[in-house]
Amino acid sequence: MGSEPDMEASVETVWMLAVRDRRCRESFGALFDHFAPRLKGFIMRSGTTADQAEEIVQDVMLTVWRKASHFDPHRAQVSAWIYQIARNRHIDIKRKERRPVPEALKEEPNTEPDAGQILALEQETRVLKLAISRLGEDQRDLIEKAYLGELSHAEIQQQTGLPLGTVKSRIRLGLERLRHELRGLR
Amino acid sequence: MDWNGCGTNCGVCAKMTSIQHHIPDHLLLAYASGNLSHPLAAVVATHVSMCLECRAALEAHQMIGGELIEASPDVELSRDLKSSVLDLLDLPEAPVPEYSRSGIYPGPVMEALKGRQPSWKKLGAGVRQCILSHGAEGSVRLLQIPPGMAVPDHGHSGLELTLVLQGSFSDETGHFGVGDIEIADDDVEHTPIADPGAACICLAATEAPLRFNAFLPRLLQPIFRI
Ligand SMILES: [Zn+2]
Repeated sequence: MGSEPDMEASVETVWMLAVRDRRCRESFGALFDHFAPRLKGFIMRSGTTADQAEEIVQDVMLTVWRKASHFDPHRAQVSAWIYQIARNRHIDIKRKERRPVPEALKEEPNTEPDAGQILALEQETRVLKLAISRLGEDQRDLIEKAYLGELSHAEIQQQTGLPLGTVKSRIRLGLERLRHELRGLR
Repeated sequence: MDWNGCGTNCGVCAKMTSIQHHIPDHLLLAYASGNLSHPLAAVVATHVSMCLECRAALEAHQMIGGELIEASPDVELSRDLKSSVLDLLDLPEAPVPEYSRSGIYPGPVMEALKGRQPSWKKLGAGVRQCILSHGAEGSVRLLQIPPGMAVPDHGHSGLELTLVLQGSFSDETGHFGVGDIEIADDDVEHTPIADPGAACICLAATEAPLRFNAFLPRLLQPIFRI
């Protein structure tokens, strides 16, 4: 099933599709080598110990393998999907209960990848990468705190200067349009 | 950006145009990052299940989170971490049940109900409730309110989220139909009344501890305001 889309999807997306569609262990190994050290670094920014961070990394990477069928390249970059899995795992451990998650959108299981849609998502990612690289140190700290779950909703609300708002709005509109177009295609 | 729905009767577009009251961004980010109490998270997850607009906003936050991972410095892993993950790939995993929408109840509500239909308890004056969870973090419940009756007050301390699943209600701040979410905090004095028609069914969460008697005073006085 599902040949890799014939276009310039990111190498991570191509690995992930190989894992999803062909259960390719080599591609999984490549994903592990790419994401595991970064994810460990990201988690440790919140003061989590190296041991705990590795425990989460191990669970997250196993979930990437087991739940690969849930990965939808039209909807998320591999990194965004991994972020979501990592936050869920972190909270499940901390709160010892399953966090409520939205119902999955039902896509046709074997839809051929739509190169245009995936590329549009890659485009948004490039804009975002650039915006992140331009953040000052203070802004970068603040945004990391927020995305690591260290700010409460009230604290986030008070942070009127939270950066990346414009980029986020742009991505949201893009994702929403993509969703509608995908639904319209069926 | 302008487009007029996806041009098919896909249900999502129809719902999208009818939802007027969405989740504010600070709650979405707190949910995405995992810093929202369980009761509030249940309402956010349920609204996102019904609303493409907030789903896209949530996914945009997750994309930013993903790029922050990409931009994080590598930290060296224990030597055997990779091999121990690879060894685990073929182990069978314990199945986790997945719940999908049943009637008016989206997946996250069905999950809280463990797949069963709600068992309603009478609160008086035709109002019924079904508590889904309660604890130190607050509570989340289903409420069923007959037309013309007030939506019970949760006691007004901390944030309250009320999401309409069937029917509608109105208060000083506006009209709330299926999919609409009302956000109230200590500052807002409001009296939502169920509109005429089908009974209004809501998913309501509060960060305040459960106080049963806080419900009663307002409930015992039907309000004829419509
Ligand atoms: Zn919404």
